[in-house]
Amino acid sequence: MTVQACGDYAIIGKPAPKKDAWIKVTGEAKYADDLFLAGMLHGKLLRSPHPHAKISHIDTSRAEKLAGVRAVITGKDFPGIKYGNMPQTRDYLPLALDKVRYIGDEVAAVAAIDEEVAEEALDLIRVEYEPLPAVFDAEEAMKPGAPQLHDHAANNMSAETAFQFGDVAKGFAESDYLQEDLFETQPVKQGMLEPHACIGQWDETGKITLWASKQSPYVVWKQLSMGLGIETSRIRVIQTYVGGGFSGGKQEAMPMDFCAVVLSKKCGRPVKFVHNMDEVLTIGHMRHPMKIWLRTGVKKDGTLLAQHLKIVADGGAYSSIGQLSMYLPGAMLNLPYRVPNVKYEAYRIFTNNGFCGALRGHTIPQVCFARDSQLDLIAEKLGLDPIDIRLKNGLRPGETTPNGFRIGTFGFAECVEKAMEASGWKEKRGKLPRYRGIGMGCGSLVSGARVMGHSASTAQVNVHEDGTVALVTGSTDVGQGADTVLSMIAAEVLGVGLEDIRFSLVDTDITPADPGTFSSRVTFWTGNAVKIAAEDARRQLAEIAAEKLKAQIDDDIVFRDRQVYVKSDPQRRLRFDELVRLAQHRQGKVIMGKGAYTSGEALIDFRTGYGNMSPAYTPSACVVEVEVDPQTGQVTVAGVWGAHDCGFPLNPMLVKGQVLGATVMGIGQALYENLLRVDGKVMNPSFRDYKMPLTEDMPRLANVGHVNVITNDPSGPFGAKEAGEGAAAGVIAAVANAVYNATGVRFRSLPFSPDKILFALKESDRKAPAR
Amino acid sequence: MKHLSPVSLKVNGDAYELSIPAWRTLLEVLREDLSLTGTKRSCQEGQCGACTVLLDGRAIYSCLFLAVEAQGKEILTIEGLARSAGALDPIQKAFVETGAVQCGFCTPGLVLAAKSFLDENPFPSEEEVRRATVGHLCRCTGYFQIIEAVLAAARERAGKGAQL
Ligand code: FES
Ligand code: FES
Repeated sequence: MTVQACGDYAIIGKPAPKKDAWIKVTGEAKYADDLFLAGMLHGKLLRSPHPHAKISHIDTSRAEKLAGVRAVITGKDFPGIKYGNMPQTRDYLPLALDKVRYIGDEVAAVAAIDEEVAEEALDLIRVEYEPLPAVFDAEEAMKPGAPQLHDHAANNMSAETAFQFGDVAKGFAESDYLQEDLFETQPVKQGMLEPHACIGQWDETGKITLWASKQSPYVVWKQLSMGLGIETSRIRVIQTYVGGGFSGGKQEAMPMDFCAVVLSKKCGRPVKFVHNMDEVLTIGHMRHPMKIWLRTGVKKDGTLLAQHLKIVADGGAYSSIGQLSMYLPGAMLNLPYRVPNVKYEAYRIFTNNGFCGALRGHTIPQVCFARDSQLDLIAEKLGLDPIDIRLKNGLRPGETTPNGFRIGTFGFAECVEKAMEASGWKEKRGKLPRYRGIGMGCGSLVSGARVMGHSASTAQVNVHEDGTVALVTGSTDVGQGADTVLSMIAAEVLGVGLEDIRFSLVDTDITPADPGTFSSRVTFWTGNAVKIAAEDARRQLAEIAAEKLKAQIDDDIVFRDRQVYVKSDPQRRLRFDELVRLAQHRQGKVIMGKGAYTSGEALIDFRTGYGNMSPAYTPSACVVEVEVDPQTGQVTVAGVWGAHDCGFPLNPMLVKGQVLGATVMGIGQALYENLLRVDGKVMNPSFRDYKMPLTEDMPRLANVGHVNVITNDPSGPFGAKEAGEGAAAGVIAAVANAVYNATGVRFRSLPFSPDKILFALKESDRKAPAR
Repeated sequence: MKHLSPVSLKVNGDAYELSIPAWRTLLEVLREDLSLTGTKRSCQEGQCGACTVLLDGRAIYSCLFLAVEAQGKEILTIEGLARSAGALDPIQKAFVETGAVQCGFCTPGLVLAAKSFLDENPFPSEEEVRRATVGHLCRCTGYFQIIEAVLAAARERAGKGAQL
């Protein structure tokens, strides 16, 4: 049901460079660490060396006496209010009060004249700890008698979800074949290049300003208010350019943000904090490591009848957004395949490890890895083609899933077919030499979701007399291209050039409140708001134009190429800027358009899980070809081809960048990345030891392909849906299936590192030396 | 009191006389003393390439290089690249036009690394571009559009070179 590109757009659908690319290639774009305020001090954080301990005493006197130190603070300098996302999961403190729960937990902070002095001062702070027994394994932590992290969480239960839709017992009973597997995933870091950074200022009037690298500045704004016990009206968060987000700490208020403003209050000067990479890679916010047990019942022909999924996730020391983290895998098991009976149980367990949260795709890639690996296992057992089993079970537009997802546009079959075609699947599968293999993985994602609290996006379109437009939203560009895509939407509606639109960074005193940048929501939600706002401005201008051009209003007036003309008689025309001046100078009408969008869906109770989470869902398929070196165990990705239904690609160049970037992150998780911890201590907190993909790990350009499947979603702006996360959901499974195809060995535990591969190859040779 | 050493640096064609502790890195001095913040501070351990500048045309990690060692050499930072060309350098232009810039934090370093590389090897193969950029992390793009950009810049420069 692929619909071809609709509409004859001037701007939409055409590749356009990112608007801020010019100031980024010249080094002019200012990131948080690039700001220097007059009189600014530098802050550093003291972190716990213990995974679990009581703090019996902190002596800051020696640090305070060090020349150049201006102030030292501890947990006692804050009101002791716990903050966080959902009411039941507020367990963050700006600085620890009586207890530390992981190695890296923030204990004290210093402001000094420079970073070196601040660091020196940290060494002079004396903290007396009483070490407590600690627990680092989620299953151990669930057992009676295990060390307890939080008083409110018996058995270290951080979040629990259980639901059943349909009747899995019946589904299993009717199945011809049951497959059961246990998969394991590892902790993975966001890995953005820009460390967290902020500058806090608390002025004489009590006004608090925070300049920070944040992807959801309004979340930070609210959390600061919560943790400081101060009304939001006294807090202003100003977003800088963001050097990569991928969720995590840039999504929330971090200890550094709180400490910057409170130290500023003490010193009367702005205070800057910048993490070093060791801190970034040690502290919380990472992808949840999980044990994933999945049981699936199928008919002989491969039709899925029932799935039962159980997850135990190591949540680390704090909640972050844990309840959502646990809802998602079970919910997303309903996509992209039709599973009539679904049962789900998930436990997020507190341990004395760094805490987990969202990271590109959140907890969805893990479950896609398990589910799509298992699908290949089932296909092989039943003698089915892995493509056929996917196509047979793929959801179609118009279906409602057992958990209540209403599927609108959904080009799943097209994704599978396009990924096959692009990769040369038919020519390759089964015909590649030994140690070379090809595999497919599929996935799905939401186009934003109503998560909690404020979920609407709002836009203002302020039209200026020179014919340019200031676009004001509460959305943040973290590199994904929101600045450009949102501007394209406004430009298209108003018939002006993309360069005529100015996109502003968030400033909570000026821009409209917005939930933030997560769940791939910005293009869809803010995009819809921008479209409505631009249409509002256009309507105001069309009225004036109609009068001047003596035409029927609105429908007869066309806005295009910076001109405004009568459709039936294009000679009757005005320049766009002339029209604006006519409105503003002659008629005293300032043209400002307003628009807001929310999906209108009810909030989902994450613990019970029924309801339509998102206004639109995107399916994707990915094919990976690998070469395995039997001598070294090294897996090389020889090619990667994906297809993704993004509704309509508003800017194909940026969609490509999003999809390929997400794909490579998936490859990183599949093959290289693993935050290694021994008794809670991170053993590889550097880019040398935490292995992210490099240029030489990537396949040649000729072996990389991406196809947009176009379905023109009626509820998305100009037909668009999500594009930044969904395409990667199936990548890990595609790698797993390709490695199996190459070696005959099935890996259920991530990453597929050379040691595991070598060991498994030896094992399989021992068992079947004749292979 | 910190012991200060006099240092003369030549950056983007401008001469600077500074008095700095001898242990300060070129990265710190460029950013903090000369306000050239286009050079990015990321890992500070020579593992990401974000801090890359050119020293007599050669790409170096400025986080691993003491400012005093850069005396007597021509330092080029990202701010100087655009200025020396009057408009955007072909490499910068190619990065913009191929979508090689997302968050942009890796960009200044990669652009300069590409310049040093293309000055040495004006007609590189894809493989050579890949090898030349292996010391740079980019978490956003997955590298493909960056490699395309460097190849496009090489073509553009080759075209221009014919006229010079
Ligand atoms: S900051 Fe110099 S290499 Fe990373
Ligand atoms: S564009 Fe973000 S790290 Fe390269």
